Amino acid sequence: MADRPVPVVEKRLMDVKLGELGSWLGGRDFTPNGIISAVRRGHDRYYNKYINVKKGGIGGVAMLLVGYMAMSYLW
Amino acid sequence: MESLTIHILLEEFMRFDVLSWRAASFFFTASSLHRASWQKTQQMRESYNNMQILSQHLLFRRISRVSASLVALCRRARRGRDKGALCSKNSTLHPSNMLSRLVIVSASGLKSSGPLGAGLVQASRSLHTSSQSLAPVPPLPEKGGKVRHGIFPEEIFQLLYPKTGVTGPYMLGTGLLLYMLSKEIYVINHETFAAASIGAVIIYGVKKFGPSVAAFADKLNEEKVAKAQEVKDLAMASLAQAIEDEKKEQWRAEGRSMLFDAKRNNVAMLLETNYRERLHMVTNEVKRRLDYQVALQNLHIRMEQEHMVNWVEKSVIGSITPQQEKESIAKCITDLKVLAKATQARATA
Repeated sequence: MADRPVPVVEKRLMDVKLGELGSWLGGRDFTPNGIISAVRRGHDRYYNKYINVKKGGIGGVAMLLVGYMAMSYLW
Repeated sequence: MESLTIHILLEEFMRFDVLSWRAASFFFTASSLHRASWQKTQQMRESYNNMQILSQHLLFRRISRVSASLVALCRRARRGRDKGALCSKNSTLHPSNMLSRLVIVSASGLKSSGPLGAGLVQASRSLHTSSQSLAPVPPLPEKGGKVRHGIFPEEIFQLLYPKTGVTGPYMLGTGLLLYMLSKEIYVINHETFAAASIGAVIIYGVKKFGPSVAAFADKLNEEKVAKAQEVKDLAMASLAQAIEDEKKEQWRAEGRSMLFDAKRNNVAMLLETNYRERLHMVTNEVKRRLDYQVALQNLHIRMEQEHMVNWVEKSVIGSITPQQEKESIAKCITDLKVLAKATQARATA
């Protein structure tokens, strides 16, 4: 099924097995560049999925606001 | 404006309960005016109004970017990475096109339309530096990811469906809510009622005015796209016309040889005419000179004849002496008498 063995840190989170979680976390890029690129990636994914469409809905922005409110309440 | 936004955000970080709601509502009301036009324009990919839109949006972008980044930096850094790995199936849907670096901070309208991508270039496409180069730009997806009740992405429902069926997520939500209420993790105070009323007003407003705002935004977008399309069509038409004209000029250039033939004929005719004119002139002059000589000779002959005749007459008349004159007169009289007698005799006979 797999064409070649992939190192743990390059797998996506859903493919990482529970036991490998520690090494996966340890191998991620925590430099400022890495953090910023991760934020960038997350933003792009969310943006392209919910906002950068022809007919967006209220969900795209509403989810952001509700999440922000919930987070600010809980934290 | 920018510092004010930062100031509000910092305060907000410190006071969770009241100011979070207030700030949220502030953002909502303050930027709801921008929503209809902004979301369209910032998603519009116009190749011809590139710079104009860019300059218009830069200020807004900076404000929103600062606010959004401050909000999201501490939280998204954690969640973004997890999210990036969690929803693996959604990550490859759209290429990272880096259209704009800001998060929309206003929310109104159920439907908002994005740009129609056919043939239009994104506003910040020139800033794209990744190795991906997609030309022509792929069109935007029609609809965004599905969201239920406006705030819950459909993926949660799909995630829980195999194990818990259709009502799973709702039961989860109810359970969580009851847990938080019963354990007093969420305390009911005056803010709860304020939040409830604000929520009711928001939901009522969205449900009532959403479609009309969305239609209005769609119309705005359509107009922009139509204008750009018109420019494009005009350019294409003028270029096609230019091609037609060029072909016509080429066809005309083929007739050059006929033109030159006609010109050659003209020149030949001119030369011929000139030659004949000069020929005529030459013959006329020569004839004139020859006529002159002929007339001269005739004159000579005539003058000699007349002179000779005159001289002969003069000499003859001079040689007639008076004696001869008398004799001739007497002879004439006798001759006349004889003649008279002859005629008389003839008359009576």
